[in-house]
Amino acid sequence: MTSYHDYATGEPVADRTAPEGPIAERWDRRRFEAKLVNPANRRKHTVIVVGTGLAGGAAGATLAEQGYHVEQFCYQDSPRRAHSIAAQGGINAAKNYRNDGDSIHRLFYDTVKGGDFRARESNVHRLAQISVEIIDQCVAQGVPFAREYGGLLDTRSFGGVQVSRTFYARGQTGQQLLLGAYQALSRQIAAGNVTLHARTEMLDVIVVDGRARGIVARDLVTGRITTYFADAVVLASGGYGNVFYLSTNAMNSNATAIWRAHRRGAYFANPCFTQIHPTCIPRTGDHQSKLTLMSESLRNDGRIWVPLAKGDTRPPNEIPEDERDYYLERIYPAFGNLVPRDIASRAAKNVCDEGRGVGPGGQGVYLDFADAIGRLGRAGVEEKYGNLFDMYERITAENPYEVPMRIYPAVHYTMGGLWVDYDLQTTVPGLFAIGEANFSDHGANRLGASALMQGLADGYFVLPSTINDYLARHPLDDAVDATHPAAVQVVAETTERLAKLLAVDGDRTPDSFHREIGELMWEYCGMARTDAGLRKALDRIPHIRAEFWRRIKVPGTGEEFNQSLEKANRIVDYLELAELMCLDALHRAESCGGHFREESQTPDGEAARRDEEFGYAAAWEFTGTGEAPVLHKEDLVFEYVHPTQRSYA
Amino acid sequence: MALDTRTDRRPSFAGVLWRSTVGKKTAMAVSGIVMLLYLVAHMLGNLKIFFGALDFNGYAAWLRTIGEPFLHHEWFLWIVRVVLVVAVVTHAVAAYQLSRRDTAARPTAYSHRRRRASYATRTMRWGGVILGLFIVWHILDLTTLTVNPRAESGHPYENAVASFSTWYSATLYLVAMLALGLHIRHGFWSAAQTLGANRPGLDRPLKGLANGLAALLTLGFIAVPVSVLTGVVS
Amino acid sequence: MKLTLRVWRQRNPDSPGAMATYEVDGISQDMSFLEMLDTLNEELILGGDEPVAFDHDCREGICGACSLVINGDAHGPERTTTCQLHMRSFQDGDTIDVEPWRAAAFPVVKDLVVDRSAFDRVIQSGGYITAPTGAAPEAHATAVPKPVADTAFEHAECIGCGACVAACPNGSAMLFTAAKVVHLNSLPQGAPERESRVLEMVGQMDAEGFGGCTNTGACATACPKGIPLFSIAKMNREFVRAARKRG
Repeated sequence: MTSYHDYATGEPVADRTAPEGPIAERWDRRRFEAKLVNPANRRKHTVIVVGTGLAGGAAGATLAEQGYHVEQFCYQDSPRRAHSIAAQGGINAAKNYRNDGDSIHRLFYDTVKGGDFRARESNVHRLAQISVEIIDQCVAQGVPFAREYGGLLDTRSFGGVQVSRTFYARGQTGQQLLLGAYQALSRQIAAGNVTLHARTEMLDVIVVDGRARGIVARDLVTGRITTYFADAVVLASGGYGNVFYLSTNAMNSNATAIWRAHRRGAYFANPCFTQIHPTCIPRTGDHQSKLTLMSESLRNDGRIWVPLAKGDTRPPNEIPEDERDYYLERIYPAFGNLVPRDIASRAAKNVCDEGRGVGPGGQGVYLDFADAIGRLGRAGVEEKYGNLFDMYERITAENPYEVPMRIYPAVHYTMGGLWVDYDLQTTVPGLFAIGEANFSDHGANRLGASALMQGLADGYFVLPSTINDYLARHPLDDAVDATHPAAVQVVAETTERLAKLLAVDGDRTPDSFHREIGELMWEYCGMARTDAGLRKALDRIPHIRAEFWRRIKVPGTGEEFNQSLEKANRIVDYLELAELMCLDALHRAESCGGHFREESQTPDGEAARRDEEFGYAAAWEFTGTGEAPVLHKEDLVFEYVHPTQRSYA
Repeated sequence: MALDTRTDRRPSFAGVLWRSTVGKKTAMAVSGIVMLLYLVAHMLGNLKIFFGALDFNGYAAWLRTIGEPFLHHEWFLWIVRVVLVVAVVTHAVAAYQLSRRDTAARPTAYSHRRRRASYATRTMRWGGVILGLFIVWHILDLTTLTVNPRAESGHPYENAVASFSTWYSATLYLVAMLALGLHIRHGFWSAAQTLGANRPGLDRPLKGLANGLAALLTLGFIAVPVSVLTGVVS
Repeated sequence: MKLTLRVWRQRNPDSPGAMATYEVDGISQDMSFLEMLDTLNEELILGGDEPVAFDHDCREGICGACSLVINGDAHGPERTTTCQLHMRSFQDGDTIDVEPWRAAAFPVVKDLVVDRSAFDRVIQSGGYITAPTGAAPEAHATAVPKPVADTAFEHAECIGCGACVAACPNGSAMLFTAAKVVHLNSLPQGAPERESRVLEMVGQMDAEGFGGCTNTGACATACPKGIPLFSIAKMNREFVRAARKRG
């Protein structure tokens, strides 16, 4: 049970596949330079895709269309339930249909700047280029985007950007895009080009002679552990926000696929870059199992406030105007309630820390629509936000037309993930990571409506182009099977881990440990981080881990449908990942994007970036459980967008 | 590349319909409407009984002459009968097959019984069986006169009065007509839904029409035995 | 709140199941129904029993995983998903029956978990528009009138939870199938495959062992997303049209 605060620094990690030349030509250049696989040979290749969200579903369908055989995995009972489905707001694309000055370059610029200059320019530019094709693709699939009376696509401005480039399908854009990808995937399943393994969870990667050649997965219904082999493995397993226990992620979203890949040699980049969304419904008590997001668009018309006085318990409607503190409007008069997500979240935390929070436990602030109702009328507000108000009322039993909503920030998205090169390949050859599972495009902070764009860009367009190069460079006839020593060993380790979980028979449930590590992370690695707090967390985590292996209780057996075992096994990985997140947050002694270090502030309390020291992506190499990882830096070069300090005052 | 996911088979229209649940329901809807049209005519004809034996018997005799001389005597009636038999058999066979399928689709019942029982489905099934049995009795009673207490061929007025004067025959008839009303009440709207005629805005008118038709037919039909029982017709 | 739960317990698909009775105490009105079950499960685990298995994931009413029949109603007394049902819909001292979706096409996997892959196969049979990646024309090449786009959206909202099947006295999947057929068949992009789509999907739906539609409307009443009953009428129309064109 040793803890670490220190780490070794290894060789810098370089993106060998990033093309040179003018940024607008790099994607073309890479596609031209990449080797192709002869169409006749494609059917001889098998690709494993883990996850069926926007990235995984799109990649599986597209690879199969190209002629590859795809083995696709999801832990859900159907590919259609991947958590991409819950995205509400919309998807950005530089179509410039509004003629409002948008362009690929502007989307590129906004994304690099929004990411607080911690993303790779080449990747972001490619993302902006592809954004345009995504909309075409989705419309062709029958995605029912919102339209205007003329029959053309409607767009809106989102998340404080000045152009109207967000395409949407009411408040269910993620659902509609995911169903598009799911349907394309379904077509390939029917055609026999994709073999779907639903209710099957990947538990490890099989690396043979330095190349990813397969995975070990557990059939969640029968409990059978099986190996699957392929010529390449693609991880599209999403983010790791559930390490915080309470988040807007789905209950079963987990970090096992990427964490196990990390343990097998894939570097993990910027794990501390997590996004806290400011407008979620606050928790009501200890029973709370997850948090629900309310669309950010509410901030367009709602005014955020708390009582001026500490511990003011009067009902909101009885607090007179002059005893309210509209703190965002006060601190940021230019942007008011529309400041970026990280700033809004932190400000809410600050007023609650001062003891001015509202609702149960004082963990909430008001989002008040009284003015908007006065201005637009109740019908006007209902038309814009009716479904969100209904959802809020269903969950809280309070009517937001009469009583101000209560909101509080919640963990929402993780910008960090497996380190990948321009081809989206991890440091393990043949192992690719796409969508939220990788670290590539959002830097230290993701802009609204960009997650859907990135997931689909990776899945439909980037990976299906770049994976050819890898497949073409490796021989076709070196099949591996379950008898290979590497496979035997991974299976043995997996089986042993599950057996050990079942054997402890202690006195604490998996959820109790998940809650404990989550609360620790929220406290010390949440919205505001300090050197002392992070060190405390780093000291505490090994203890929790030791206690976990001493006191965990998992009922039932491994040879059956066993949800407690699934949970416990995911927590094993959270207990290691949490440690890496804290170390990364500790080492990055600057504030940038979603990572706020209290030691690194401007005089007026804003995040202060330190480009000289930290202008790099931090890629961590695993060395062993409880042992300090090795840091590999990827220097970030900004040729087109020059770093500036954000200012919203 | 194996992108083709479909085969090109060209089955017949009727085959496509009959093989699927949707098509079978279509067959039920069409046969149901055929029977419904017949019933409207039948009911209107029945009301002639209020004009007396001469009128009624004359009307019955006229029915046998429709289409003459192009059609032979009684041919029209036989054509109607054949159409009706086809409709009844189609309706019943489809209903039977679909019901078996429906029962098999829910092998384990919920242990918490629903408050809102599947009223319509159940009345349709039991009502259908009752109506089927009634048709047999009705034909034996007033067409073949096998069980009619008077059984005088060519005198439908007298036969009907004789039949409805017995308590069992009148009761049977009344029960069957109530079942008919309920059957039409759901069946007519259901047929519109099955044939794809229902849409927002049309739902309420269709339900109103179904209720109206059900009430009209039930009242029209039971008017005869009620009149016999109360002595208005004798 | 103190409640008595009668929950369907079944070890695996092959073993027989039965209703088991549990008492839960200290339930807050603010809990969701699934959080109430979480509470029960924590107690069961610590007491050395196996927790009740149930499907759930997003817990915000959109993934369609949760699937409980509560007191005989699919998703319980409110018109929403089980995960969005809160305990304030119940009274202290209530006895609540919790059962899985019941349909031959949805065999029980364990306890309250059922296998809904039949729905996936219905989609695989034709619930898509053939548009390989990269082959798409410019998005504005085809204007879609707003009412058409709205109709498509209303039907595309289906979350594939299966409440329609669970609520239908015949275990019919007509509402689910109709939602997808109407979504895709109303759009110009879906027109080329209009006939084959409805024929194949209805064929697959029948092959999976779902019952037929008797127009009782229980499906539309249970649907947490409000897919209208008219969609079934529309699919019927599409089906007969397609059968005529193809036959």
